[in-house]
Amino acid sequence: MANVGIVIVSHSPKIAEGAAEMVRQMVGDDVPLAWTGGNSGGGLGTSFEAISEAIDRAWSDAGVAVLVDLGGAETNSEMAIEALPAGRRKRVVICDAPIVEGAVIAATEASGGSDLETVRRVAEELSP
Amino acid sequence: MGSSRASDDRRDDASDALDQERKRRLISAVARRVIERADELSALDAAIGDGDHGANMKRGFEAVLQDLDTLSAMSLPDLLKGVGMKLVAKVGGAAGPLYGTLFLALSKELPDAPSRAAAASGFGAAIAAVKARGKSDVGQKTMLDVLDPAFKAFVAGGDAASVREAAYLAADETVPMRATRGRASFLGERSVGHMDPGARSASLMIGAVCDELGG
Repeated sequence: MANVGIVIVSHSPKIAEGAAEMVRQMVGDDVPLAWTGGNSGGGLGTSFEAISEAIDRAWSDAGVAVLVDLGGAETNSEMAIEALPAGRRKRVVICDAPIVEGAVIAATEASGGSDLETVRRVAEELSP
Repeated sequence: MGSSRASDDRRDDASDALDQERKRRLISAVARRVIERADELSALDAAIGDGDHGANMKRGFEAVLQDLDTLSAMSLPDLLKGVGMKLVAKVGGAAGPLYGTLFLALSKELPDAPSRAAAASGFGAAIAAVKARGKSDVGQKTMLDVLDPAFKAFVAGGDAASVREAAYLAADETVPMRATRGRASFLGERSVGHMDPGARSASLMIGAVCDELGG
């Protein structure tokens, strides 16, 4: 069984890329990982299409955990998930967790082979 | 209000689908109004948010205008879906998925030639979809504080002018509100005294539709 994949969605491509770099340092290539940041105009923001592509890049049959920063990152991610084919839709979750810490701990948990619910729960334990 | 009731009653026949030219004028009116006011929207957003609402909305509606010919040839539900998908894809920021959800929900709810009753029920469902998407409700200093009062004015039998008036007034009424949802909520009390940019953009779009339909 494949490990759960991780997607990092930030308004800032630098934050998303930096968080992904920290994840890679922890788990190497054991976990499918993708990041996206910035809107379709190249500014700060998020893009529905880019998020859909990131979910696709990090796809795992075990599911995908998405880490987001502010408001629009979450709503755009929700829309991207709802637009997935029915078979995939239920296997992608947004973690209510801080983006950097959440991504690192979710990936670490995923690298041990935990299922999607466990990965999400461990990440969400970080939320105040 | 007598003359407007008459035209409303005519629309209740549900026989006259919007013709292509009318659709073109409606889409174009809404898009141009938002694009014209982009600087104002960004200035409002700079005061209590991240300052990109105008630029984001402008990018979305410019993409809509690029497809004006295709969109205006579609049935009303397909047209609304097309506009919604453009906004989702191009706006970015929180407004993209929220306005996208509004248009996509309308596309699911409205027939090609909606009666007044069908329009009311469609708008009600679309506003509920925006509330669910934003995990938000009326009173939190958001676009909902314009969408909901404008909807209520319409349901109460208001003509285009009174719906437009309700929308503009409702946007003004977000000024003294304290934001409890969206980026402005980070400012707490400091969000008081500024008009909500999402409420303003919603009022501009409703205003443009009412100008066009009110004839």
